[in-house]
Amino acid sequence: MKALAARRHHRAAPVVLMLLALLLTGGVYAVLAPSPATADTASTANDVEEGDRLFQANCATCHGPNAEGTSQAPSLVGVGAASVDFQVSTGRMPMQANGPQAPQKPPQMTEEQTAQLAAYVASLGAGPAIPTDEQVDGAEGDASNGALLFRTNCAMCHNAVGAGGALSEGKWAPPLYEVSERNIYQAMLTGPQSMPVFNDANITPDEKRDIIAYLLEQRDGSAGGLTLGSLGPVSEGVWAWVVGLGLMIGAAVWIGAKSS
Amino acid sequence: MSENQNPTPGRDVTTTSGAQDPERFTDPGVPAHKLRLTDTDPAARRRNERLVVLLFAISCLGAIGSIVAYFAVRPDGTTEGVRLSTIALGVTMAISLLGIGIAAIHWSKSLMSDHEHVDERHELASSPEVREVAVQHLTDGVEDSGIARRGVLKGAAVSALALFPLTFAVPLISSVGGDWNISKFRHTLWERGTRLAYDPTGRPIRAADLTVGSAAHVIPEVPQEYMESHEWITEKAKAVVLLVRLNPEDLRSDQSPEGETWSYDGIVAYSKICTHVGCPVALYEQQTHHLLCPCHQSTFDMADGAKVVFGPANRPLPQLPITVDDEGYLIAQDDFAEPVGPSFWERLK
Repeated sequence: MKALAARRHHRAAPVVLMLLALLLTGGVYAVLAPSPATADTASTANDVEEGDRLFQANCATCHGPNAEGTSQAPSLVGVGAASVDFQVSTGRMPMQANGPQAPQKPPQMTEEQTAQLAAYVASLGAGPAIPTDEQVDGAEGDASNGALLFRTNCAMCHNAVGAGGALSEGKWAPPLYEVSERNIYQAMLTGPQSMPVFNDANITPDEKRDIIAYLLEQRDGSAGGLTLGSLGPVSEGVWAWVVGLGLMIGAAVWIGAKSS
Repeated sequence: MSENQNPTPGRDVTTTSGAQDPERFTDPGVPAHKLRLTDTDPAARRRNERLVVLLFAISCLGAIGSIVAYFAVRPDGTTEGVRLSTIALGVTMAISLLGIGIAAIHWSKSLMSDHEHVDERHELASSPEVREVAVQHLTDGVEDSGIARRGVLKGAAVSALALFPLTFAVPLISSVGGDWNISKFRHTLWERGTRLAYDPTGRPIRAADLTVGSAAHVIPEVPQEYMESHEWITEKAKAVVLLVRLNPEDLRSDQSPEGETWSYDGIVAYSKICTHVGCPVALYEQQTHHLLCPCHQSTFDMADGAKVVFGPANRPLPQLPITVDDEGYLIAQDDFAEPVGPSFWERLK
């Protein structure tokens, strides 16, 4: 101690002290700092409470104060966190106006609020959980098997390459080009709106990942050239009849006209 | 030009009064030849020549570009790579071909002679002399063959000619008519105790595994080897079923006859083949319980015996009677009670 006291007037003493102080502050901050919220953190009682508050403010008008459902909206007991995450993160809920179908729009809740709402609804009854990043990683999937499953289960509504399509009375199956992998997985798992449920017994988690892999491949477009929306005979027919035939008629008129 | 086209100037031929119509319209003849700019102006002629040369030159560049594109833009296996290569080849090839075509037509239109020529049609019938000679040749030939005198020879020739077409007609007709067994349209692979399996994996379906709101595309459970056979494809096409699980209180009716239950705890299974023209009906809307056919928008209510609620279909989809076995797997009680798919003659109903 005496040696330390003797050197307290040393030239380097302020520098050493400053370094020690910085280290200490940094260490304390690292231990005490709040960790940023991540999707896979387990929900806390606090999340559920906060989610309840958000629910009362934004959702209870239609879904009822205890999420038991009303004549306007279904009960949310047992729909699970996956369903809430899908509906809220794609902006479909809270619904803007009554209509045949809740459209996708910019999300109204932050990621944290979405997680809190999901935690609250999940606390009401057991339901499908939000899938992990590994479950929805298309790079791990088999696109060829995904194509087989997509053709049988999905293509009749969503189009063979996921371009979307019309349903009855103003409803539609949305295009899947822009939908995130997590949302694709959640939609299969929970069956939002008109879409039926494809639970893990029907399409296993591995098979769901195969379907995601197939859909990711479709985002590159067609190897043949312009896809014209991949809508089949409508857009291709318009192109062939209007542009193709128009050019041919123009050429025939030019060939037949006399030179001036 | 009108004075050339109308041989009787001043006579209005468009009047509706019959009295003023000409007796007979005469051939107006060819309009007077009009000289083009290239016929009168040497500068324009040279200009057009240069244009044609330029078009051919563009075509040459397109052809060379196509060869360059073939070697320079190789498809690298990715979708974009293949697309880029296809577009580069297609566009350069189009430039090359269109250059030739447009240059040739412009050449003929602007530089070649454009004088009108009239070629009168000749009489269709040949002259009497030619016809007489032809008839003479035929008569001589018949005389020479002696077909009128040699009866056996005539019979043999006619027999040979008549029999030969049978060598292809018989196999052709027989292969067309070999498969008129329509009774097979009445039955599918489903029979008592056949398990329901997911399409395309073939995993059997447990009733407990189906969530309310589920839709499953179903095939009968068959051995794996059978699924590789050609017969399976035709049998599967008849046997496919769409299975949905509703809330039991939402299920208003099904097709069960008096004293039988064809559904199980809100699970109903209907043929996926439309009763209109046989498209696979598969667009199921979970909230309205409507099943929509993609071909002609026939809509069936799955909660109400698959009755037709919209569209050209005339009958409900046939229901597959189902129940569960000891292990909880869904099984068929029997085949469909009526033929699946659109009408055919001799159909029961």
